Amino acid sequence: MSSTESMAGTEGVTISRTGQQGAFGGELLTVNFGPHHPSTHGVLRLIVDLDGEQIKRLKPVIGYLHTGIEKQMEALRWQQGVVVTDRHDYLSPPINNLAYALAVERLMGVEAPPRAQALRVIMSELTRLSSHLVWLGTSGLELGAMSMLMYCFRERETILDMNEEISGFRMHTSYIRPGGVMADATPRFLDMLASFVKEMPGHVDEYEDLLTMNPIWRARTIGIGRLSPEDAKVLGASGPMIRGSGIAWDLRKTMPYSGYESYDFEVATSDACDCYGRYLVRIKEMREAVKILDQALQRLPDGPVNVDDRKMLPPPREELETSMEAVIHHFKLFTEGYSVPAGDVYVAVESGRGENGCYIVSDGTHKPRRVKFRSASFVNLQALERMALNHMIADMIAIIGTADTVLGDVDR
Amino acid sequence: MGIEDLAESLGQNVLTTTLGKVIGWGRGNSVWPAQFGLACCAIEMIATATAGVDIARFGSEAMRASPRQADLMIVSGRVSQKMAPILRTVYDQMPEPKWVISMGACASTGGVFNNYALLQGVDKIVPVDVYIPGCPPRPEDLLNALMILQERIKAQGILPRQ
Repeated sequence: MSSTESMAGTEGVTISRTGQQGAFGGELLTVNFGPHHPSTHGVLRLIVDLDGEQIKRLKPVIGYLHTGIEKQMEALRWQQGVVVTDRHDYLSPPINNLAYALAVERLMGVEAPPRAQALRVIMSELTRLSSHLVWLGTSGLELGAMSMLMYCFRERETILDMNEEISGFRMHTSYIRPGGVMADATPRFLDMLASFVKEMPGHVDEYEDLLTMNPIWRARTIGIGRLSPEDAKVLGASGPMIRGSGIAWDLRKTMPYSGYESYDFEVATSDACDCYGRYLVRIKEMREAVKILDQALQRLPDGPVNVDDRKMLPPPREELETSMEAVIHHFKLFTEGYSVPAGDVYVAVESGRGENGCYIVSDGTHKPRRVKFRSASFVNLQALERMALNHMIADMIAIIGTADTVLGDVDR
Repeated sequence: MGIEDLAESLGQNVLTTTLGKVIGWGRGNSVWPAQFGLACCAIEMIATATAGVDIARFGSEAMRASPRQADLMIVSGRVSQKMAPILRTVYDQMPEPKWVISMGACASTGGVFNNYALLQGVDKIVPVDVYIPGCPPRPEDLLNALMILQERIKAQGILPRQ
């Protein structure tokens, strides 16, 4: 390895010789992919041993986007931490918020009111859709279906417009917070959502028309990147990675949160165990997400969107003008924050990529002692070598694509 | 054709200009960015290239995977200490003349992450022409930055960079 490491450059693709004999009589070559490479979905670096064009060994090198998010959160007050959670898995910010908010709420022993829970479900599913849309667009682009990018980003813009309407921000919404959500849904948001729910199934049909029976897409994905159910379990895969291997493991069903148990939806699975199966799973999940959105919209309960706790959330603006206590609460919240009872808790939610968990240790002060994220991308990345072994180097692009790793989520 | 006739017909069909203006016009309207996606901002950079915003209207849709074919580096996202030397390598591999847009708060100043892991501003390692605020900036912000850069490139002409 040492000779490989020293010869591998830092950019693009570098090739070095190993001196080992391959099965076809040639020499095994070590190829360095990335971290600056257009098809690695960010700054992933891969060291690949090749026999001819066959992959014989694959080693991901991570850390090129290490941001120190977990350490940073130790320096932030509980309510400030939400802002940083947005930015680790940058394709599903509200779901990251949700994992953190649920963990803090569980330590404090509070539960968000029903309307907030429904809004959380709405935002989670919108996020899942936008995350899958980015995945579909970029994976399509990498395998030569460039129009997918244009179609998928068109619908993603609609979702981002909704994000902007409800939270004022396109991507990093910080909308879901401990104790509830940032603000109530505006009537315009609900209108936008209603028309989106009506239109989106037709758009998913469009994507399927372009890809599902497309001979090139099928040739590039069917039988490529096999991950057996046993391997998927052993390697700790979650999300579409494990469901694409035929195991119906979805935290929204197996460990429901935010009232997911009351929604009627199916867990998408595929027995194909390959890139094509994972594609089918994500397409089905997009349809199911629209179903959940429709149900959430139909029976959106009335009521407050935040817990009524002045020690945790700031008082309404009107109260500040009449109540001295409200002013004191406001001052205390924005100068020192609230404290969370000592203890530790782990809460996991289902993100677009799989189990997105948040482990929090509190020592009873107004800042966390430790915050750890169990990110789906990081664990799913382990399965990469198992999937890519003995495939052609060109198939690695399809495999990385359907693994759908977000490097911000891997490195944090 | 007599010389007077020639002068008369050329007078209607010839533009006169300076070399600097022509080169500036050409360079400014075909700024090819290096495909250098780092974090959240990269997604907005992709969104800028898609149909809704369409950076192709400004001649910059050709995102080059190889830095050797690129004129512009859009540093889209946070740059970690581990990534910094690679970013500099990519920048060094780009041929002159080259420009850098620092997209977003993280690339410009470190953003909300004032910690051990991140480079506190990409201008510590490469010269930056345009900074874009925002976390992440909207696609329209990127277009705006590109237009500011185009103005500068056009004004620069053939003179070497100051």
